[in-house]
Amino acid sequence: MAASTTQTLAAGAPARRNITGSLIGIAAIIVIGIIGYYLFPNNLALLTRIIATALLVLSIDLVTGYCGVATLGHAALFGAGAYAAGIASAHYGISDPLLMTLVGALAGAVAGLVSGLIILRAHGLPQLVLSIAVIHLFHEAANKASSWTGGSDGLSGIAPTALLGLFEFDLWGRTAYIYGLALLLIVFVLLQLLVRSPFGMLARGVREDPLRISAMGASVQSVLLRMYVISGVVAGIGGALSAMSTQVVGLDSLSFTLSAESLVMLVLGGTGSLYGALVGTVSFMWFEDVVSAANPFHWLTMVGALLIAVVLFAPRGLYGTAAALVQRLKGGRA
Amino acid sequence: MIPLFGVQNLNKSFGGLAVTNNVSLSLAAGDRLALIGPNGAGKTTFVNLVTGNLLPNSGTVRLAGQDVTRRNAMERVRLGLVRSFQVTRLFYGMTPEEHLALAVLQREGKSGRMVGRYQAMPEVMDEVRDILDLLGLLELSHLKVREIAYGQQRLLEIALALALRPKVLLLDEPAAGVPQSETARIEQALDKLPPDLAVLMIEHDMDLVFRFAKRVIVLAAGTVIFDGSPQDVTKDARVREAYLGSYANVGSAA
Ligand SMILES: Nc1ncnc2c1ncn2[C@@H]1O[C@H](COP(=O)(O)OP(=O)(O)OP(=O)(O)O)[C@@H](O)[C@H]1O
Ligand SMILES: [Mg+2]
Repeated sequence: MAASTTQTLAAGAPARRNITGSLIGIAAIIVIGIIGYYLFPNNLALLTRIIATALLVLSIDLVTGYCGVATLGHAALFGAGAYAAGIASAHYGISDPLLMTLVGALAGAVAGLVSGLIILRAHGLPQLVLSIAVIHLFHEAANKASSWTGGSDGLSGIAPTALLGLFEFDLWGRTAYIYGLALLLIVFVLLQLLVRSPFGMLARGVREDPLRISAMGASVQSVLLRMYVISGVVAGIGGALSAMSTQVVGLDSLSFTLSAESLVMLVLGGTGSLYGALVGTVSFMWFEDVVSAANPFHWLTMVGALLIAVVLFAPRGLYGTAAALVQRLKGGRA
Repeated sequence: MIPLFGVQNLNKSFGGLAVTNNVSLSLAAGDRLALIGPNGAGKTTFVNLVTGNLLPNSGTVRLAGQDVTRRNAMERVRLGLVRSFQVTRLFYGMTPEEHLALAVLQREGKSGRMVGRYQAMPEVMDEVRDILDLLGLLELSHLKVREIAYGQQRLLEIALALALRPKVLLLDEPAAGVPQSETARIEQALDKLPPDLAVLMIEHDMDLVFRFAKRVIVLAAGTVIFDGSPQDVTKDARVREAYLGSYANVGSAA
């Protein structure tokens, strides 16, 4: 009896808790961003790369974590954004950072639509294989179209103009970093709205039981395809950021390796939560950076060991496991 | 009069095994029909054929005057043909409230909205609460489905179907797996179904069938062997034979 009363009383709380949760998340990103800025002033390029990758990992989370589509080809969406923004600047003189970001987002959306149309034809293992085929096709296409993309030499000549006409992309990468942080914040806030919206709930339903979703009259394919396009926008923005900050785009941005690594980052942090994607990216890339500096020969072994440890002992990922622990502690107290 | 729902000469075989043999039936608004038959008779397959989850080898399915045989499952749902599952299919990480909100939003064409939250839509919340209340699930509305008892999950299956406001409802063993002590709650829920809804219920519990149905169809090895009143079904020789013996077995099969 007492238990059921508490449940009923708690009924109004989730909404408020959600909003507080979002505010805490936003504050955390800002604070960590500022700390990073002052702690690693000579390493802002790395931090910006982490942000760009975080956008890719968030984008994978949308289709994998929220919709249950496993993919090893998601860098196609990121690379499309990077190349499109780079080509816009290098070949067409579209060098305004905001416009380049927009071009990247659009190209990501188109790449999302194309790979979604291909990948979503299959399920399970064949789907995973299709996703690998997609990234290889994108990679090969970029390699062959070398007059546009620079092929294996990479695309250079990218020269973003001053942000808002005020802030030049400086040698230390300050502008790129702060712009990246702002993009990440905006994307994060919008995605939080998205995953809590009716559409976000529909997507979670698709992940849990597609047959049940169609028994409710909703189209699973249409949900997945829409999510793929949104995911493309997010990854495309990440790609554009990467193009602007490094001012080159290489074939590695369109590679199977990047696809697989970013999926690993997601699993490391925890799928199905936006925080998981961020935590996974930051911990993986930070760990990679530290370990590869300390031991250039065995760092991959260490990364492998970390992954095995997480999968075995914290199968929900770093963030997922921590969140579950906090939940349990709270539950114990109440 | 054109019936609300009609199936003509439906056939389906898996490999060489004919699982649905020339099955025809129709339903009018307000009908309460029980579809019974021994295990493996083809009852669930029949539902799958009718809802579009399986393609028949031949035959037609008509709903509200339209031939829907070639329509896919979700189009049929949108036309008012809704089913429940023999083994509960729910979103185990979501709450009963979220289930019903999703169903209501979907029915209203709002499930694709990318901003806003259903909690802030009074028209959705009111209906969700009404349905939860109707089925006695209000207290559980914020628990994850995997944390609630199976009997309550079965009730949520029915609630979910109701939230879609069907014209024709196909219930595949709504009381399956529910302990005897809790079947009364399922029965109460069945009593509360809208009177003008056409309901076809598959059920092994003959007591439940007798109380619920005004008409019974018996399926054996994919063929309709009886179509008539609940009073006559136990007297029918072929039905007894299909169940390998007496009605006593039919009752205990539940
Ligand atoms: N996808 C399938 N492929 C092959 N055979 C199938 C398939 N689905 C069902 N069957 C077979 O068809 C027959 C009818 O199965 P069905 O599930 O329709 O029976 P049922 O009447 O619902 O039984 P129960 O009372 O046990 O639920 C069974 O022999 C079953 O093994
Ligand atoms: Mg069955």
